[in-house]
Amino acid sequence: MAKMMYRDAIRNTIFQEMQRDERVVVLGEDVVGGNGTAGGPEAIGGIWSTSVGLYDAFGPDRVIDTPISESAIMGAAGGLALAGKRPVAEIMFADFIGVCMDQLWNQIAKFRYMFGGKSICPAVIRMPCGAGYNAAAQHSQMISQFVTNMPGIKVLMPATPADACGLLRQAIRDDDPVVFLEHKFLYAMSGEVPDDPDFVIPFGHARLARAGQDATIVASGMMVSYAETAADDLAQDGIGCDVIDLRTTSPIDEEAILDSVEVTGRMVVVDEAPPRCSLATDISALVAQKAFASLKAPIEMVTPPHTPVPFARELESAYLPSPAKIAAAVRKSLEYR
Amino acid sequence: MQLNREALTRAYRQMKLIREFEERLHEEIQTGEIAGFTHLYCGQEAVAVGVCEHLTDRDKIVSTHRGHGHCLAKGCDVEGMMKEIWGSQEGLCNGKGGSMHIADIDKGMLGANGIVGAGAPIAVGAALSNKIDGPDAEGKLAVAIAFSGDGACNQGTTFEAMNLAVVTKAPAIFVFENNHYSEHTGVDYAVGTTRDIASRAEAFGMKVWRADGTDFFAVYDTFRDVLEYVRTPGNGPAAVEFDTERFFGHFEGDPQRYRGEGELDRLRAERDCIKIFRAKVSGAALLDEADLDSLDADALSAIENAVTASRAAARPQPENVLDNVYISY
Repeated sequence: MAKMMYRDAIRNTIFQEMQRDERVVVLGEDVVGGNGTAGGPEAIGGIWSTSVGLYDAFGPDRVIDTPISESAIMGAAGGLALAGKRPVAEIMFADFIGVCMDQLWNQIAKFRYMFGGKSICPAVIRMPCGAGYNAAAQHSQMISQFVTNMPGIKVLMPATPADACGLLRQAIRDDDPVVFLEHKFLYAMSGEVPDDPDFVIPFGHARLARAGQDATIVASGMMVSYAETAADDLAQDGIGCDVIDLRTTSPIDEEAILDSVEVTGRMVVVDEAPPRCSLATDISALVAQKAFASLKAPIEMVTPPHTPVPFARELESAYLPSPAKIAAAVRKSLEYR
Repeated sequence: MQLNREALTRAYRQMKLIREFEERLHEEIQTGEIAGFTHLYCGQEAVAVGVCEHLTDRDKIVSTHRGHGHCLAKGCDVEGMMKEIWGSQEGLCNGKGGSMHIADIDKGMLGANGIVGAGAPIAVGAALSNKIDGPDAEGKLAVAIAFSGDGACNQGTTFEAMNLAVVTKAPAIFVFENNHYSEHTGVDYAVGTTRDIASRAEAFGMKVWRADGTDFFAVYDTFRDVLEYVRTPGNGPAAVEFDTERFFGHFEGDPQRYRGEGELDRLRAERDCIKIFRAKVSGAALLDEADLDSLDADALSAIENAVTASRAAARPQPENVLDNVYISY
């Protein structure tokens, strides 16, 4: 085990996989940085420092600095993957998915199905996402609802440095296309990461981040740490919560959710995305459909309101779920008789 | 005209196979037997064949919604394609793709595409892969080709792809087939640089060529030069614009009210790449009329066999809807 930040877990995993497999290729805006400037290449290494040193180690053919052209990045990732490479593409902010949606949704996601299973498209699309930086409406969004809805795409939402490493490595080695939703606010989070260069986390297996008998909290990405804080606070009052970290939203670990709700009878689902047609509603529907008899109280959803992400600190705080909001939702559920 | 008899025979057979494939589909669609949207390549055969006759399976192409010609020219199986358009489980894509999504990765055919302009970025990705793989024993790179029409030349994806290819010196070739119609709108209206797509590519920093797309030999000779340039490491991408004609509507069922009086008859009489090919080769005594007629008969019977096989081919079962979304899930 080594202690490292979430961003370094991502960078190191890419580095190791590029060393292991020469088919692994990185592309994106400023993943090298400095090309065409007096400073020269390697000025940046990705604005999130997730590709530092890759260019020096692997050169321009495998670490491809692109112009600001998200559709070309996404499409090129698809073409590279169809042609036998294992691209790891960075869309600098997940919000830019709007620019390149077609290449992900109509192309990469559907190649294998449309072609009758005759192709593989092992592309990894890294999308730094989420709020917390007062970056306003176009640089803060959680987009899990869009990509989880896409047949053909797998969606990962690592909540810890170890999961960032294990899930990303599995993504790079996986033969299906993957969207990797790394949360910007987690980049500086520190944690233990296994040293094993083959450490992978299989998809569709949730992590039980806290265990308790009274309520189930389902969360993903940055919401997991909020849920953990809420659970720890509630534990002070003798309220025990299961905190289920989904890890992957497609595939999703239905069994982990249903097994927990069958014990607790109460579920709070936390989602950073807007409240309509989202993971929150999806998981609520799952529980209503498959664990209805176990429920002792209405399902509670802790989500932002149906608004864009606001800028001002007070407004962004009001917008986002928080440990206090999650704890309040658990208490509300427990009070229901 | 440096082609030997064997190469000429091959080229004509391919062009004629595409022609008969499309003419037959035009008939079959009217019977209602074929579902969905179909966009016919009829009239543009010299472009697909003149380009693809130079390629090997290492070279990749990405096609368009009007993709049957590119597929056949790149070596996709005619019966597998016909069965796919019939929606059969035995089709090239198990009935999952249909007319607009035919692909054969082993042949370097990375897919027809239902989204106008979507192919170019994918082709650049394939070209970047070729660049990583490096030159072969003879010092030549494999290439990746984006076929685009005058409609797709107005999509931002095409611009992004051209710039990315130039910036990364990717061995990509942008083949623009200007058939003068983007769906139901004329090129004189829709392309600001009137009737000149190549100049756009040139403005992105590419070397460009132009040729008459109804003349197989013009296409073939021009594309040899384009390929020679792009296969050379360090040169990067190139573009070529072929002036060509579309004999049918945008899609099958298109009433084509935008056509001028007698336009289609004139195109069939004066701008038919197959007639032009026949006139050139028989005029030069390279192939005689009897040879060509016999190739015509071969093409017709190949299509007849493909249609017969498609009618008898196995249908997909309802449970097949779940196949091949993921490799593992």
